[in-house]
Amino acid sequence: MKTIRAVHYLNQFFGQLGGEEMANLPPRIVDGPVGFGVTLKGASGGRVEIVRTVICGDNYAAENTEELAKEVLRWVSETSPDLFLAGPAFGAGRYGIASGTLCKEVRGKLGIPSVTAMHPVNPGVEMAGHEVFVVEAKDSAQDLKRVLPMMLDIGIRLVDGLSIGNPGEEGYLPRGVRVNVRATKRGSARAVQMLLKKLAGEPFETELPMPTYDRVLPAAPVRDLARAIIAIGTEGGIVPRGNPDRIEAHNASKWCRYDIAGFDGLEKGDYEVAHGGYDPVPANEDPDRVLPLDAARVLEREGRFHKLHDWYPVTVGNVTAVRSAERFGRQMGEALAAEGVEGVILTST
Amino acid sequence: MITAIPPIALTVGANRVVRGVAIPHPVGDPGEEPAVEFEIRKKLLEKALRALCEPIKEQTLFE
Repeated sequence: MKTIRAVHYLNQFFGQLGGEEMANLPPRIVDGPVGFGVTLKGASGGRVEIVRTVICGDNYAAENTEELAKEVLRWVSETSPDLFLAGPAFGAGRYGIASGTLCKEVRGKLGIPSVTAMHPVNPGVEMAGHEVFVVEAKDSAQDLKRVLPMMLDIGIRLVDGLSIGNPGEEGYLPRGVRVNVRATKRGSARAVQMLLKKLAGEPFETELPMPTYDRVLPAAPVRDLARAIIAIGTEGGIVPRGNPDRIEAHNASKWCRYDIAGFDGLEKGDYEVAHGGYDPVPANEDPDRVLPLDAARVLEREGRFHKLHDWYPVTVGNVTAVRSAERFGRQMGEALAAEGVEGVILTST
Repeated sequence: MITAIPPIALTVGANRVVRGVAIPHPVGDPGEEPAVEFEIRKKLLEKALRALCEPIKEQTLFE
């Protein structure tokens, strides 16, 4: 069996170049495996060899995805590998976006099989598209050992031209691709079986899942700013000193509201970053960089809108379950609307 | 929604999206003089206020 030459994409953390402080790092290459990449040869029974590793900082990758993709396509073509691997990105959104996008580009533009792995709610899943296999991972790197052999197994079979089974059997996320299969029972019989199970309240598996879109009906515009109360808020975890309500730095379980009536801005030291997913230095230095109170207050004084609301809603959107985030959003919206707020400006980190 | 990564905001269903400066400081820029940085922040908020007043039928990125 011939050795499969692979290019591997890692973020700065798994690329062993540093943590959040190195998140702005532009992409670079190392010819050979880096970090856990060195274990891939052994884990694949000697089949897969990482010939090049691309490493990029998470912020750079998420903010400059197009530029990164151009660069990576060039670096991948140079090595003409058999396989492209990215991540696993687990629950990390920026890493997932980069991994999904790069796999899609490499598969689509260069025709090279591409495999990544991430948590189902990672926004990178949507970026990966129909042609890329995304192995379902848990939201933390503790899942690395379980996921890597699955990525390698699918990658090897893609290169060897062997078939890949259903998402459920193989452990990858559904790609929205239909495959013809011969069933033992005809459709009407299967449908009646499902209906009977449904009526009995038993679990059943649909053969045609309905697509779920996160679409929200756009709110009506603010009619008259001069009379409107406007609120500011953030998922960037800007909290009073000491994080009095202990909003979690990761997968927050709550949102909080803090009073800003009479404040002209957020002073360094009085407010701080509780979010564990981005470099807190710039916003600890000046929290207005994430929650723009100073500028909002000036606009209020200039009469650009009637009044800035007396409190701001805040949570931490870092690997936070989408279901929690939806709940927080609904509760924030209801609380603000009940107090006559007509418009909210949220910032996202 | 002011964010440095509009594709994520659009994926999760945000309807009025304004492109911010960078992930760790969507409404600031530590590389600028304080007065210039404040102007950047104020301009982003003005853009967000305009977005709030704009009638839209679908998700819109206000560039």
